[in-house]
Order: sequence, then structure tokens, then C-alpha cells
Amino acid sequence: MSLVLEDVRKSYIEPDGNRLPVLGIERYELVQGEQAALVGSSGGGKTTLLNVISGILIPDTGQVIVAGKDIAPLPEPTRDRYRAMRIGFVFQTFNLLPAFTALENVLLGMSFSGRPVDKEFAVSLLERVGLQHRLNHLPQRMSVGEQQRVSVARSMANRPALLLADEPTANVDPANQDLILNLVKDTCKEHNVTLLMVTHALEVANTFNRIDKLSDFNHPDLANSEVSR
Amino acid sequence: MNLLSIAWKSVQQRRLASLLTALNVALGVTMMVLLLVISGAINGVFNQKSIAYHLIVGARGSDLQLVLSSVFRVEPPIANLPYMYLEDLRKNSQVDVAVPLAFGDFTKPEHGSFPIVGTTEAYFENEYTPDQKFQVVQQAETRRMTGVYDAVIGSYVASTNGWKAGDHFSIVHGSADSETTHDEQFTIVAVLRQTGTPNDRSVFLNLEAVYTLDGHQKPVAEVEERLRDFYGSDPERLQTALTQLGDVRARRAKGQEIGDPEMGYGLDTPDAMKEITAIYVRMKSDLSAFSLHSRLKGGSKAMAVNPIQPIKKLMDNILGNIQKILVVLTAMIIAVSGISIFVSIYNSMSDRKRDIGIMRALGARRSSVFSIVLAESTVLCLGGGLLGWLFGHIIAITCAPYVSARTGLLLDGWAVNPWEFVLFPVLLILGALVGFLPALTAYRTNVADALNS
Repeated sequence: MSLVLEDVRKSYIEPDGNRLPVLGIERYELVQGEQAALVGSSGGGKTTLLNVISGILIPDTGQVIVAGKDIAPLPEPTRDRYRAMRIGFVFQTFNLLPAFTALENVLLGMSFSGRPVDKEFAVSLLERVGLQHRLNHLPQRMSVGEQQRVSVARSMANRPALLLADEPTANVDPANQDLILNLVKDTCKEHNVTLLMVTHALEVANTFNRIDKLSDFNHPDLANSEVSR
Repeated sequence: MNLLSIAWKSVQQRRLASLLTALNVALGVTMMVLLLVISGAINGVFNQKSIAYHLIVGARGSDLQLVLSSVFRVEPPIANLPYMYLEDLRKNSQVDVAVPLAFGDFTKPEHGSFPIVGTTEAYFENEYTPDQKFQVVQQAETRRMTGVYDAVIGSYVASTNGWKAGDHFSIVHGSADSETTHDEQFTIVAVLRQTGTPNDRSVFLNLEAVYTLDGHQKPVAEVEERLRDFYGSDPERLQTALTQLGDVRARRAKGQEIGDPEMGYGLDTPDAMKEITAIYVRMKSDLSAFSLHSRLKGGSKAMAVNPIQPIKKLMDNILGNIQKILVVLTAMIIAVSGISIFVSIYNSMSDRKRDIGIMRALGARRSSVFSIVLAESTVLCLGGGLLGWLFGHIIAITCAPYVSARTGLLLDGWAVNPWEFVLFPVLLILGALVGFLPALTAYRTNVADALNS
């Protein structure tokens, strides 16, 4: 299994002191190399789920097993390192660092993994997404489609086991939508990376063999009965 | 990419703000370096390097005034000593060199009012500072100061007046603003190479010439009174002096009788009639210098001062404090520039919240983003410091000839003051201090919030 969520509960404390349950997942899993679209309504907890899976947030209870390791109980620095090594991110708003060139943005992704930076591999990733002529360009000099392609290349920089994509086509023009989508899916396939893509767009979701509705397996009310971690 | 290169990227991203804050630091460091260079030059003038003699002997009075008048030539002399005392001193077997000096006259105001120093060839034959002998850049055919009215001039006197060997000049009597000009014309026989000492601003005359000038020869009765006062406890020397004075008195009386006003005056003046202002003394050993210094403390009408001590005291008490105040002010400028770095980085933190969130999402640890921000402030501090250090030395090197020409102060822009080695560790600490709070902000950044910002 590449991703297993077991008895995951997550709630936020509101300013008035009340507990707001967001996640209540008994079990959710993806096998290695599987690709799934995750759909759900706004405010339904999709982003919180991605943050929990990536170790940015820790669940109140439960196990978050990524590539065979439960990351929930790990201390934060270990979780950070594990995220750098095993989890790739593609964001809705690309999230490239503006002062860094396309190549540097990809190299930056490698820098925090603790492994030696592999420039050749970074270049090959950018070539793979068709940006061999844009290696030394700053994000502001690139189109949104190109920026998202850099983001895809960066997400693969550390050869992750799991790629989390948060509406990667939402801010891209229709002409680039299919290109990005196929790029993400094909790249994951080539590297046998498990893909979990959050999306609102049905036309995007429909390109996946597996479509998971968050509301089908997330029951936030379950969180009310749990004691926070 | 290491953390330093990531920090450097951030500096580049805010190019203008980074440049301005670094320049701020550079300005402070430039001032600090210039202060150190100038202090070094002033210390060089006012410490043991300024003179290669053990003692200055002069009339009893203020130690400081004797040194300032006889070494630095910035104060009027206290009083005169009988020339005969030079002979007494030379009889001391421990005295290696004793050079007489007579001050009091100046070049004309339009010629810069430079002090006139009456002395002998011995002044130029001996080192003026340890291991440094006078060198001549321009010389007339005659050997220097062989003629009575020959003169040797310092480099700054020459450059100020455009004087060269062979030129003539006259001097004024008594004080720099005096309107009494001596009739005698002096001929420049040599121009000295720049020394970075008060010698550059001095005009040297043959001591013998000083006694021939109008107003320099006192009435016999006045001289006799002074000699009785000076040699009151040495009847044998007093008798010698009085015998010489009796001879002068008789000659002057005869001159009046036969209508020759010059008789009893001029070059054949006996030693008893002559006075000098100070004597530079080099002893055969440091111990004998100490011994003479102590001996003259008790009962003598003359005194010997160590040329370093009074100046050192002055430096410690006044100039040292001024320097300290300047150092503190400059340090404050650097501290303020450090605060400007803090403000610049701290203000940028809200703009960079997302960047920090992205790095954290990519796996950067809290300690990594903390280090990146800290490295950024340190890079700005050290970069600005290095820039300022270079500016300071370049300015010192560039301005040295001008300062030297105007003041005689030899600035060594290439010299590195030991305090400059302290500067960079201090800047490193300053960078770390001013970067700490912004770095802490980065450390505490909530990744989920930052990514949504």
C-alpha cells in the first residue's frame, strides 16, 4: 500500500473555543501506482486531508501511513524530511518561488530531502515537461501553463512514492488543462507514483478510473467523540 | 542548493532594499575604517615614533608645553636655557648626542607662518625617528647649512610656498602674527623629503644665524641676571660666564665710544650671551636616560622630559577620550544600520510568508527556514561591512596624498588596524542579532495558513 488512512480524526478549535470537526475517516487507502481523483464540496475538508496526508498537519487520532510508515506520531523534523523524500506536491497556484529560475525551483525541491542535489535529473524532468528551453527563466517570465509544468517537474524531483495534486488545472487555461492533466498522470505512471488529485471539475475527475467522493468516506461527526492528540 | 544560496536568492529578490541596507552598513564601516586609519596616523605622530631621542631638556615649566613646543612646534616655548648648559650636558659621559634648538621666529604670514628652528648639522645627521634619517630631495651645490644664512626646509613648507633650493626668504620676529621682519635673507640649500612629522612644517636655520638677528641679543645686564639665577649654585660656571659677559660689556662700550654699533654683537658672540630653547638628548642607555631625568628633577633650573610621556598622558586624557567618543558614535551608526536591516527583513516577512510556506511544504524544516533568514541578515551585514571596509581603505589611499600635503599627517591607507579584525566578528554577531526575530517569525510560520495566504 502506498497510502493508508486508519481511523483518522481531525478537528479545529474555533475562536469561541468550540471544536469544529473536519475529518472523520475510518479507512482510506491507495495502492502503489494507483491514481485517484478526490472530489468534494468546498469546505468539505479536502485541503485539510491533503495537509494531514503530507504531514503538514497531524491528525487528532489515527494512523497516516505513507509508503509503509505511519507519519502521524513522528516528530516534526522527521515528518518534514519524510515529506521531502516521499511526497510530491502540485498546488493549484503553482507556488513557485519567484526569485528562482525554473531549474532552481526544481533543485530547491531536492535541497530539503537531505540527498545530494541531482542537477541532471532536474534538467531531465524539465525536459520531460517540455521546458528544456526555459531552464533559466524566472516564473514571472513564464505563462501560467509553463509555471504549472515547472511545478509538476518539481513535485517529481525527489522520486516520491505519493503525489498530492490540489486542483492543478484550476488556474490553467483550457488549452493547457489537458496538457497538465496528462503530464501529471503520465509522469506518475512512468515513475510508478501513487496519485491523489483533488478536483472540483467533473471533466477532470472523469479522466480517472477511480473517483472518490470525500463525503463517502469522511464523517466529521466521528471526530466529536475523540480526544485530541 | 544550500541554505546560503537560497538566502542569497532572497537578497537578490529584494535587490533595492538589500542594496540600501547593505550601503547603510557600509557607510558605518567606512567611517569606522577611516577613523581607525586617522587614529593610527595620529597615534603614530604622537607616540614614540615621533622622535628618536631619549629626553628633551628645557627650562623648568610644563612638561607638555616643552614637548609640544620643541617636538611638535605647536606651542610657544616656555623660556630659554643658557647655551653654556649644552656644554655642561655634553660633559656628561652618558650623553651620546645633544642637539641644541632655538625657537621663536616664523616665516612671514604670507609664507605660511611656519616655525623657525635654529639648530646645527647634528640635527640632520641623527635619526629623527627610530631608524629614520632625513633625506634630501633637492639640494643646492653647497653642503647644507654651512653658510650662516643657509636654510633647510621641510617638504610641506616647500610645497606650500613653491620654494626650491636656491630660493631666498626672510622671517618675522617673535610670533606668527608679528609684523617685525628681520632684514636678513636666508637661502634654501636643501628641501627635506616628507617625514610625516612636524619637521615637514619647519624651517631650519643655522643656530649661529639666530644670534645675529635683530632683537635676539639681549642687554648684558639682563643676561647676567639670568645666568646668576641659573648658575647660582655653581660659582665656577657662573664665574666663567661673568668673565665672558665682562668682555662683551667692554666691547659694546668701546663700540659706542668709537661709533661702531655692531661691536660686541654678531657672530663673535661668546657662549655666555647665547641662549637656546631646548636640547634633544640621546643617552648611551635607557638607564642613563632615566638617571639624568631623575637628577634634573631635584634643584636644577633645567628639566628633562621624556618626549613620549606627556603626550601619552594628553592622548589618554583628552584625545583618547575624543577617539573613544568617535568610535562609540561610529559604532552607533553601525548599530542603527543593523536596525535598518532588521526593519527591512522584518517588514518583508509578511510578503514572504507564502514562500516560507512553500519551502516548508517541500520539506524544509523549521530550523532550515530559520537559518535562511538568519543567513540573509548576516550576508547583508557582512556584505555591507566588506563593502565599507573596501570603501574606507580606498578613500584613505586616495585621500592620503591630499591629507598629507595639507596637514603633514601620513595616512597609510594600506595599513590594517588590528581593530578591523574585530569588526567582522562583530558584524557577524550583529547580523545574527538583527536577523533573530525575523528568523523566529519564519520558524513559527504555520505552513497550512501560509499556503492559503
